[in-house]
Amino acid sequence: MPTKIEKDSITGQETTGHEWDGLKELNTPLPKWWLYTFYATILFAAVWVVLYPAIPVQGWTGLTGWTARGALPAQMDAERARQAPMLARLREVSAEQIAADPELRGFALAGGRVGFANNCAGCHGAGGQGASGGFPSLADDDWLWGGSFEAIHTTISHGVRAGESDEERGIAMPAFLATGMLTQAQINDTADFVLSLSGRSADPAAVTRGRELYAENCASCHGDGGEGNRDMGAPRLNDQIWLYGGDRASVVRSIAYSRAGVMPAWRGRLDPAMINMITVYVHALGGGE
Amino acid sequence: MNQIAPERPKVDKKPEPSLYASHQKVQPRAVKGRVRNIKWAVLVVLLALYYVVPWFRWDRGPGVPDQAVLVDISHARLFFLWIELWPQEVYFLTGALVLGAIGLFAVTSLYGRLWCGFTCPQTVWTDLFMWVERRIEGDRNARIKLDQGAKDGRWWKLKLSKHAAWLFIAMATGGAWIMYFNDAPTVTWAMLTGQASLTVYGFFALFTATTYVLAGAAREQVCTYMCPWPRFQGAMLDDNSLVVTYRDWRGEPRGKPDAAHGDCVDCKACVHVCPTGIDIRDGQQLECIGCGLCVDACDDVMAKLGRDKGLIAFETLKNLAASQAAVAGMAPGPARNAAGMAARVPQKKIRPRTLIYAGVIMGVVALMLGAWMLRATLTLSVERDRAPLFVQLSDGGIRNGYTLKLANKTRGEDLHLALVLDGPQGLSLTVQDAMEDAAGRPILTTRDDGITQWRALVTAPPGLRLRDSTPITFRLVDGSGRTLVTQHSAFMGPRR
Repeated sequence: MPTKIEKDSITGQETTGHEWDGLKELNTPLPKWWLYTFYATILFAAVWVVLYPAIPVQGWTGLTGWTARGALPAQMDAERARQAPMLARLREVSAEQIAADPELRGFALAGGRVGFANNCAGCHGAGGQGASGGFPSLADDDWLWGGSFEAIHTTISHGVRAGESDEERGIAMPAFLATGMLTQAQINDTADFVLSLSGRSADPAAVTRGRELYAENCASCHGDGGEGNRDMGAPRLNDQIWLYGGDRASVVRSIAYSRAGVMPAWRGRLDPAMINMITVYVHALGGGE
Repeated sequence: MNQIAPERPKVDKKPEPSLYASHQKVQPRAVKGRVRNIKWAVLVVLLALYYVVPWFRWDRGPGVPDQAVLVDISHARLFFLWIELWPQEVYFLTGALVLGAIGLFAVTSLYGRLWCGFTCPQTVWTDLFMWVERRIEGDRNARIKLDQGAKDGRWWKLKLSKHAAWLFIAMATGGAWIMYFNDAPTVTWAMLTGQASLTVYGFFALFTATTYVLAGAAREQVCTYMCPWPRFQGAMLDDNSLVVTYRDWRGEPRGKPDAAHGDCVDCKACVHVCPTGIDIRDGQQLECIGCGLCVDACDDVMAKLGRDKGLIAFETLKNLAASQAAVAGMAPGPARNAAGMAARVPQKKIRPRTLIYAGVIMGVVALMLGAWMLRATLTLSVERDRAPLFVQLSDGGIRNGYTLKLANKTRGEDLHLALVLDGPQGLSLTVQDAMEDAAGRPILTTRDDGITQWRALVTAPPGLRLRDSTPITFRLVDGSGRTLVTQHSAFMGPRR
């Protein structure tokens, strides 16, 4: 800082005291209105910091006590209030009735898409495509427990083997090797027969041996011709869709150690209207019956 | 830095020059004349259009706004007489803006700043505000005296009435702007009875404030400091453009009306009437909006002196130079005036610049007309499912899902159209929740002026061997078998 204010000899203007290569910078102040606007913004910021949670310190909420998180419930309540009449209607009617009403259907498909993404897509995939390892596709034409509106609604509400209520879909297949019901050789033969049901390549001799074993151990649930049984959630064995894999090793493993996928029950966790909306959405994915 | 600076030359100490000249209020004098009359006529027509257009009705049938010009933001529609635009057709607006810009360039290259001086909203409203000011406070001299005098009762009375009148006009202006975006009678009634939304009142206040500030206080400062147009108008003008010009070859030297001087008597009438406060005799300058009021003022003085009009005139710079060359060395007087005028040639209107502008204008008009003629009133969009790409069915078949969105931009009857799939033999098509016609084809119904959404499923039977991606086409067919819309997509399957 210069100790003495220096004046430029040509213009008579004060200099700032800064000099570059013999050129001295003139001290030319900014316009007053500009400065006052600048000062006003500083004042505004100071007031803002005191009133609002602008300092990143634990527990500092500002004098107003306002927080974005605190404001959220009110916004959520307003949004819920806006949707309440529609949701009330969606609670009262069945999924089938929703699908028949264009207005309700549009709302349910939009809401169901979000509900599905939040609750179901983790296992069943974003588009209901399913995943290997026992997560069924919801977009195909094969349903373990039925693909009607009512069946889908029941599955979502009570889950599968969730231990939630008596109504649940709880039947599981025995583990034939682990429980000693069949020997490994018998299981291998049964597997060959099961593969033959859907026209897959299998050892003819083993198929013949497996036919008897299948009739004794499997047919009561999976049907004589492998047509499945939806009351028990027993998959069809004579089609091309294999939840746990359709190669010989996978089938052998399924018979030996059993497969019993679990889906949580959503009744009590989700609003009945949301269950209805997800039902309509899942039905519309392509596999609904 | 301790080195000794070379001694600077000592100069006369002038008063410290301010780098910020404070604003000098421009107090234009009233003027009568041909240009002024044209300006009044343009002002009346433009203001009348602005205030009246939202009230024009246009019967579009039930459920549709009956306003001839309406920007319906909440329903995402733009209504202009018989034209109704959807948001995705906003390029027509772009085309109109391009036409406006090139039209402005073309007019400027021919006739100078007609836009600035006659039709620009800033000019029109400032002119209106100045008229009000003149009616209340009097003309230039009275206003200057009023501003310099004491702030007595009369001062307060005049100033308050002026600002009240300005505020009223500003409110009418802001209010009318709202009506272009809402049903005019409804929103007017709502605003008057205090039932309009906060948004409406907010925008009303905003447009009222901007009108009041820009036309009442900022005035010529908008043209000289805020508006970008004067900055690049120089590129539109050339020697053949008509600009407001002082014929210095005729006027100089200024002074007494005698034989030793030119025609300019230095009465400063041209300066006093100028709404931007410049002296046109200094030559072309950025602040000149080309309104020509100085032409009227000077013609008036010339008439009183018994001299020819046109000392200040709309003239090309080419002719100005030609006249100057012709009178070089001549003494002031009628002979010099005649020689200067004789040297002028008619304005050259057809030049590369104007031809290019005309070409661009015709090109854009042709593009817009073509786009309008070929505008599809029915569009189909097909979005193929991405998760899953395809679904394996229990019989070994493959199925793809598609979301169809059918937009019907016409008003009137719903359309019932059959959806047809063109692709490899064997592919079958179903549409969820759709009725079927006698031939088993799904029938899609379109809501008029709306979008309907459908979910289509295309299935390949087990035996059909396809590549992993097969082109397919959806067609919408009307009752007479005519294809209205075609949309291409693909059918995906496992890699083989």
